[in-house]
Amino acid sequence: MTPARPRIAARHLGMQFELGRGVVVALEDVSLAVADGEFCCIVGPSGCGKTTLLRILAGLQRQTAGEIEIEVTDPARPLNAMVFQEHSVFPWMTVEENVAYGLRMRGVHPNVRHDIVRHYVDKVGLRRFARAYPHQLSGGMKQRVSVARAFATDPQILLMDEPFANLDEQTRVILQEELLRIWEESRKTVVYITHSIDEALVLGDRVLVMSARPGHMKAEIAVDLPRPRSVYELKSTPEFGALVRRVWEPLRQEVLSSYVAEALAS
Amino acid sequence: MRVGTRVATAQAPSARRRLLAGVAAERALSIVSPLGLLLLWELLGRVGALDQRFFPAPSAIASTFAQLLLAGTLHAEVVTSLGRVAAGFAFGALPALVLGISMGLSRMVRAALKPMVGALYPIPKTAIFPLLLIIFGLGEGSKYAVVAIGVFFLVLLNTMAGVMAIESVYLDVGRNFGARPLEVFRTIALPGAAPFIFTGVRLAWGNALLLIVVAEMIGARSGLGYFIWSSYQTFAIEELYVGLVTISFIGYFSFLALDELQRWLIPWKGAQAA
Repeated sequence: MTPARPRIAARHLGMQFELGRGVVVALEDVSLAVADGEFCCIVGPSGCGKTTLLRILAGLQRQTAGEIEIEVTDPARPLNAMVFQEHSVFPWMTVEENVAYGLRMRGVHPNVRHDIVRHYVDKVGLRRFARAYPHQLSGGMKQRVSVARAFATDPQILLMDEPFANLDEQTRVILQEELLRIWEESRKTVVYITHSIDEALVLGDRVLVMSARPGHMKAEIAVDLPRPRSVYELKSTPEFGALVRRVWEPLRQEVLSSYVAEALAS
Repeated sequence: MRVGTRVATAQAPSARRRLLAGVAAERALSIVSPLGLLLLWELLGRVGALDQRFFPAPSAIASTFAQLLLAGTLHAEVVTSLGRVAAGFAFGALPALVLGISMGLSRMVRAALKPMVGALYPIPKTAIFPLLLIIFGLGEGSKYAVVAIGVFFLVLLNTMAGVMAIESVYLDVGRNFGARPLEVFRTIALPGAAPFIFTGVRLAWGNALLLIVVAEMIGARSGLGYFIWSSYQTFAIEELYVGLVTISFIGYFSFLALDELQRWLIPWKGAQAA
């Protein structure tokens, strides 16, 4: 299943944190290959180091072992943009200003910037809230801003860290559908972290299962479901049910062992 | 259902009226009670229960106030003092802002400067004034300096605390989108710390008013502090009171203006402030 010529290749990644007296091993020998244009989802029990892995891919943290290669296709565009977990939208900027942020940092001319911003603000359905501040928005609307901000810079790869984890079920489904719709237009390479099996299967071309800490890749499941996908219809198909079981099997054991580890630690 | 709705609409206006009546009563009380105190003061003065040498009647203070205002003397002193406060404030607050943000963002800068700040901050700024007089002389410089020093520490410490309180995810977003240090400074640290900075500015402004009065009492030939001090030396008790009332007005209205400025500069906090 490893793509012949991967867009993102991580080999034997390791990450250790010094914590007081001891050393915490967050990642151990993680290897990963993501094909160009692939939507790759990573699921794992909480605390398995999936966010750490994404931060390393984003260049926000440096691994303590191993190497990463990301193929640059267009040096004029930013290498990656990240959609963070909730609360990453700047409270002191309006919706427009938030969406414009990446473009502004890249020195994009205000006229061009304005058009792009309007395009993405419209796309996530926030035209009427363009001048609103985040405290006037719901959680789902804030995450739409975050998604629009990442897409607006037209990054070569997109990294998403459980962006919809703290939303209610209905809002989450709607945002998943919106994300799929926007993604279909560009088919960017995506690495998407989640703890939800359903979400991983609904969005991804492939699901990687991570083990409990120290995290490493435990299994991979190809998701050969046709696109474009509709979240609710997809979930009611028998193929989907079978895939859920295939992801759950390897994951179950890891979730249980992460409980044991947590109990031992406390 | 219908009955329930009707009861609710019938109650709504009366509840609203009661609320409005409460608000009106509150407003009225907040005006009436200080006026009542002034009236009592006046009456006690008239019947001779208050010693006029120490507590002149409000009417006497008011007429002195009017005379000084018409003569333009008071106006000149106020302008002098406010000019000194403004200059000192700018000299103190601007470097404090830059240094405070740097200390908040960088552990190294913090490590280098924190011991000095910690050692100098507790010294009462009034205690430094004689030294400042020696260094800067009796001119304007020493007044600017004492205000600037007082303002500096309060703005510095609050700014630093404000930057350190910024959630790290915002800095991650900045890095992820390629913000350079100066842009992090301008687009994340400064607005993110703005509510704290404003707290520092308010504290510093109050402190600046205090310091300028003390400095003018000791080492100046003009300004409100000098006005109060010279009133004392000539036993012009009513003028002394006029000086106090003027400072009270300046304080009151400048804090109102600061509130307004805060609403204007930090619109994203609108919901919490209201």
